[in-house]
Amino acid sequence: MIATIADLLENVRVALDGLLVNKMRSALTMLGIIIGVAAVIALLSVGEGAQASITDQINSVGTNLLFVSPGAASMGGVRGASGSATTLTYADAEAIADPRNVPDASVVAPQYGQSTQVIFGDTNINGSVTGVTAEYQEAFELEVASGSFIAEKDVDKRANVAVLGYQAAQDLFGGFDPIGQKIKVALSGENGGRVPLTVIGVLEEEGDSMMSSTDDAVFVPISTAQTKIFSGRNAQGELVVSQVSVVAVSDDQTAAVEDQINALLWSRHDLNPDEEADFSVMNQADMLEMASEITGIMTVFLGAIAGISLLVGGIGIMNIMLVSVTERTREIGIRKAVGARKADILTQFLMEAVVLSLLGGLLGILLGVGLAQLVSLTGLLESLVTLDSVLLAVGFSFAIGLFFGIYPANQAAGMNPIEALRYE
Amino acid sequence: MIAIENVTKVYQMGEVEVHALRGMSLKIEQGEWVAIMGPSGSGKSTLMHIIGCLDIPTSGVYRLDGVEVGGMDENQLAAIRNQQIGFVFQTFNLLARTSALKQVMLPMQYTRDGQRIPLAERERRARESLEMVGLGDRMDHHPTELSGGQQQRVAIARALVNSPAIIMADEPTGNLDSRSGAEIMEILQRLHEERGITVVMVTHDEELGVQAERIVRLRDGLVVDEVR
Repeated sequence: MIATIADLLENVRVALDGLLVNKMRSALTMLGIIIGVAAVIALLSVGEGAQASITDQINSVGTNLLFVSPGAASMGGVRGASGSATTLTYADAEAIADPRNVPDASVVAPQYGQSTQVIFGDTNINGSVTGVTAEYQEAFELEVASGSFIAEKDVDKRANVAVLGYQAAQDLFGGFDPIGQKIKVALSGENGGRVPLTVIGVLEEEGDSMMSSTDDAVFVPISTAQTKIFSGRNAQGELVVSQVSVVAVSDDQTAAVEDQINALLWSRHDLNPDEEADFSVMNQADMLEMASEITGIMTVFLGAIAGISLLVGGIGIMNIMLVSVTERTREIGIRKAVGARKADILTQFLMEAVVLSLLGGLLGILLGVGLAQLVSLTGLLESLVTLDSVLLAVGFSFAIGLFFGIYPANQAAGMNPIEALRYE
Repeated sequence: MIAIENVTKVYQMGEVEVHALRGMSLKIEQGEWVAIMGPSGSGKSTLMHIIGCLDIPTSGVYRLDGVEVGGMDENQLAAIRNQQIGFVFQTFNLLARTSALKQVMLPMQYTRDGQRIPLAERERRARESLEMVGLGDRMDHHPTELSGGQQQRVAIARALVNSPAIIMADEPTGNLDSRSGAEIMEILQRLHEERGITVVMVTHDEELGVQAERIVRLRDGLVVDEVR
């Protein structure tokens, strides 16, 4: 049927001639495919964009970071709100920090905190008051804009000091320098007292992130948070923490550190092998996997919706091709009378369908890429046009042309020339 | 040479079997100018379709230049129509919204003598063919922009373009006024005389019939009379 490039070009030429005879109809038929392909490209791009930005944010935290949280990791890796369980103690954190127990950990930063009211003068905000140690700054690579971060001596002395995140400082103090000023935080519990704190530092702006941002945080020494602001003890009277962030010495050692922490806490908590752990260790890989699983499902879902519109476009092609074949019965008769074979007619109509859908596909890609760019420009969603999605769209539209074209083309090719010539 | 021996053609029209040809025999020599005449239902059209290789006989033998056509497959029949036979129909049968030049180039699109005819060559031959029927100045006109006589001349140019041995003309002047009809007959006459093309014309018009060298009269699927 199509033996050489010249044959192919000839067939494309004949198909284009056929389509140009009825320009309006061809354009409208193509519109179905254009919209379908554009939707596939645009929606896949948004899905891919979301995946890429989440991956970026997780990677920016560092892949050698591990989080130890109280409470069991539930099904599918989704854990309960951190801090809700009290099974992770300050003593656990100290044990993790001991190089004899976890030799491959370089920084161990326990934290304990909750959201509460933070007051300066007559301004107050709802800040996440987080008790930390000096190691916290190192673990999260925080930059101090002015003053200093919580130091070891502050923790030892349970000092009434605070370090403000960029946004918290802006909200409380507006333009002027908070260093040395006294703020108050509302106590948890019913007596409703307030603890005064002296601001000793302000952090650089971190920017928005899917992960918790430090911009809104108010950092205090962990000991102060546990004993003076909140009641950070469990039923046994032990001091508890809401999370321990652990930095491995290198990316390669992350898994080893995870194993070491698991083994350590398993024995410290006296757990039997058949028991469920009352703590969880999450690494960046776990989080990446979780996030990409979610965005992956989203991408497939969006793609499937767009795919349906492409399918509808394909049915439109079949519909128009069937009408066209009936309408052009006489033309088919004439072509057969002057020597067209079955295969020639089949190729002609199949080519028309494929040219329609491929042309529609190409225009759809342009439109889809344009839409994706537009989505990015609005700043609401990231979008990323991948070669995969473009190839998928081209392949899919080609297949649709072929699939939905074959039935009408076969009808045309099978016509009896005498009857076709008599058709009015 | 067209040689038909004892050919029958039976159509199934629902429950009814229609015997369009009932054992017809006919010979037409190369270069003859034959009119096939008869009332409707006499089998003229069926005979025309069989001679023109648009259809094959139910039984009997049809030899075209000594080659049996009955056993050929669709592709072989298509090739014969393309190379050896040119059709001229009563209703012209031109493609809609297509220029005269492209109409005439159409048969060459399906020519496959080993290789395809290059586009430039197709165009050259089509122009030549159109000039031959006196339409050198109407090449880019669409059917709607041409008179009936001009449309029929485009159809003749198309029938001629592959230099066929036979022209099958089915009531070629049936839809034309007498002047245009006379022009068409003149062209057919010229093709017959100058090029030695076999012209087989189906008609029921006695005036046209007498212009042919020979009249074959049909009735009920049989040849009833031959006049030389």
